[in-house]
Amino acid sequence: MLTCKQFLQELNDYLDPSTDPATKCHLEKHVSECPNCFVLVDTTKKTLQVYKGLEPQTIPESVKARLWKALEKKMAARKAQA
Amino acid sequence: MTPTTTATFDESALVEKARAGDAQAFTELVNHYERKIYRLAKHITQNDEDAEDVLQEAFLKAYEHLDGFKGDSKFYTWIVRIAVNEALMKLRKRKGDRTVSLDEPVETGEETVQREIAVWEDNPEQRYSREEMQGILDEAVQTLKPDFRTVFMLRDIEELSTEETADTLGISIPAVKSRLLRARLALREKLTRQFRRKGEDVFAHL
Repeated sequence: MLTCKQFLQELNDYLDPSTDPATKCHLEKHVSECPNCFVLVDTTKKTLQVYKGLEPQTIPESVKARLWKALEKKMAARKAQA
Repeated sequence: MTPTTTATFDESALVEKARAGDAQAFTELVNHYERKIYRLAKHITQNDEDAEDVLQEAFLKAYEHLDGFKGDSKFYTWIVRIAVNEALMKLRKRKGDRTVSLDEPVETGEETVQREIAVWEDNPEQRYSREEMQGILDEAVQTLKPDFRTVFMLRDIEELSTEETADTLGISIPAVKSRLLRARLALREKLTRQFRRKGEDVFAHL
């Protein structure tokens, strides 16, 4: 039987879809018997979900303008070389 | 930039065209990835000015070295690597080498902090505005040490593999794994404090 501490060290393997079924099953047993680790797994999953669900914000216009100015300069220089 | 262009976005075709000298194709690649690269740069450097420099340097270098892109990884992974290297250089320059050595061993074992074990309120994404949510998530990431937040950004946000992350940062695979675990747990802890279901806190009145 895994302790919570041992389970915690394996949490990423538990969350990783590519982990082999035997290991997963072993870890699953702990989660199904331990309410604390069940909540821990659930809230870790949700943490990842909220981060992954948030699209990056738009870049400030001034930053964007400077990026394009620099890129256009580089592109023009290449064109001139060719 | 818009969802319609995303739907028809074909990275490898654009890279192919850009390598053949098609500036418009490269422009499309930049348009598609600039926001993500800027976010990555901002999270690593935690400084607007540095993030802007990183954004520029990353795309300028990519354009310059497009011939060197072998196509054995995704173009996006390649540009992420360039951006991370630029961002880490900025970070080192700003804070001094000693504070941000990414290959220093970090403690992986003992967790002495009392864990916050509480279920979350339902759908926090819907309870907060986009800006509020962004603020909460950014603030949590900013509290992580550079070692941890960089690994978290690469693995969980940019979705690089463990191997790619190790390679990009010049650290071992076990180091990536342990830092990712620590980062995820720390973020979970912080967000739980924010999103825990309030009604279940029976001691709230004390």
